[in-house]
Amino acid sequence: MAEATATFDVRRQGSACVVDIHGDVTAGSEEVLMRAYADAGDARAIVLNFTGMSYMNSGGIGLLVTLLVRANRRSQRLLAFGLSDHYRQIFELTRLDEAVGIHESEAAALADVSGATVTRHG
Amino acid sequence: MADIDDATERSTTNWAKKVDRLTLGSAPAGAVNLNVEGRRLTGPLQGFGTMWQKTYRVRLPRDVVEPRALIATWKERFPEFWPGGNRFYAPLTGIAPGEVALLNLALPGRLTLSTGVMVLYADEESFTLMTPQGHMFAGWITFSAVPAGDDGVMAQVQVLMRASDPIFELGLMLGGHAQEDRFWQETLTRLAAAHGLASASVQTTVICVDRKRQWSKWRNVWHSSAIRSSIYTLGAPVRLIRSRLSRSPGN
Repeated sequence: MAEATATFDVRRQGSACVVDIHGDVTAGSEEVLMRAYADAGDARAIVLNFTGMSYMNSGGIGLLVTLLVRANRRSQRLLAFGLSDHYRQIFELTRLDEAVGIHESEAAALADVSGATVTRHG
Repeated sequence: MADIDDATERSTTNWAKKVDRLTLGSAPAGAVNLNVEGRRLTGPLQGFGTMWQKTYRVRLPRDVVEPRALIATWKERFPEFWPGGNRFYAPLTGIAPGEVALLNLALPGRLTLSTGVMVLYADEESFTLMTPQGHMFAGWITFSAVPAGDDGVMAQVQVLMRASDPIFELGLMLGGHAQEDRFWQETLTRLAAAHGLASASVQTTVICVDRKRQWSKWRNVWHSSAIRSSIYTLGAPVRLIRSRLSRSPGN
C-alpha cells in the first residue's frame, strides 16, 4: 500500500497539543497521523501546524475527516494554522472549515483554546 | 526550491478551484439536470447518517497495466465501467478538477434519480468526486491505483460518506448499502474485464467511522434528489401535454 510521505511531530502547549506536519499528506499517512493523535492523549485541543506541509491530496483531506471524528468523540477541538491561501480554499471547498477552527498563527490558535477553557469554566 | 515549486504547481493543478455553488452550463442530450445547478457541495461532515468508509479493491497483473496507465484509462472511459441502467454524463473536457458531471441512476420502481458530482481532485494516480446537496450521500469517492507487490496493481474505489438525509439513511439500511456495494463491485469487475481479466475477485472492506447520526442535518431532506426526481417523473404527462399544446397550429 501507499507509503507515508509526511511526518507528524507532537508537542504539548498547555492544555493543547500542537502537531507539526512536514511533507506530503496522503492516504498513506494514516498510520503515522493516528499514532501522533494517540500521543496527544487527553489534550483539550489538537492544533495542526501546516506551516511545513508541502502537499496534500484528497486522501489527506479524508484523513483529516477521520481525525476530526475521533477528536469529537473525545470532546476535543480540532484547530489549524499555517495553511497557505490555496489550502485554506481547499478547506472551504471541502467544507472542512465549518468544523476545524482555522487561525493565522500558533499564538492565535492557542489563544482560542485557552479562551474556550475560560468560557467552559467561567 | 524546485521541490516547493513542484508542490505548489501540483496543488494548483490537481485541486478544483473554490466554488460556492455548482454551475453546469447546458446539459448533455438526454440527461436530466434537476439537482445540480446552483447546489452547494457536501462532504461527509454535512451529511445526516452514520459515517462509513467503504473500500473496494481489485488486483490486476502489472504486466497488463501500470497504475498510471490504469488511472488514465479509468478517467478516459469512466462511463463505460458503470453498471448497466446508470448513466454518467462525463464533462466534455473529461475527468478534470472542477468539472461537473450529471448522473442519472436507476432506482427501484423504474425511477431515474437525477444528481451529479464535481471532480474535486485529479492527479496521475487518483481522482476524487464530491457530491452536491440532495445526492444520496454527502461525501467523496476516490478512485486510485497503486502497485501491489512485485507484479500487481491494486485498483481501488474508496467512498467516505454519510447518507444525506433521514430518508436516504433509511433507504441505505433497507438494502441501499448492499446495492451500493454491488454497484462498485461491478464497476471494478468491468474495469478488470477491460484489462483482460474476465473473472476478477473484488475485496470489500466496510468501516463505520462514526456511528452517530447528525440530527441537526435532517433538513437536508429539502434538497433530496429522490423526492425531486420522483416529482419530475410524475409530472412527465403534464409536461408532454403542455409541449404538444404549445406546438399545435395557432399557438
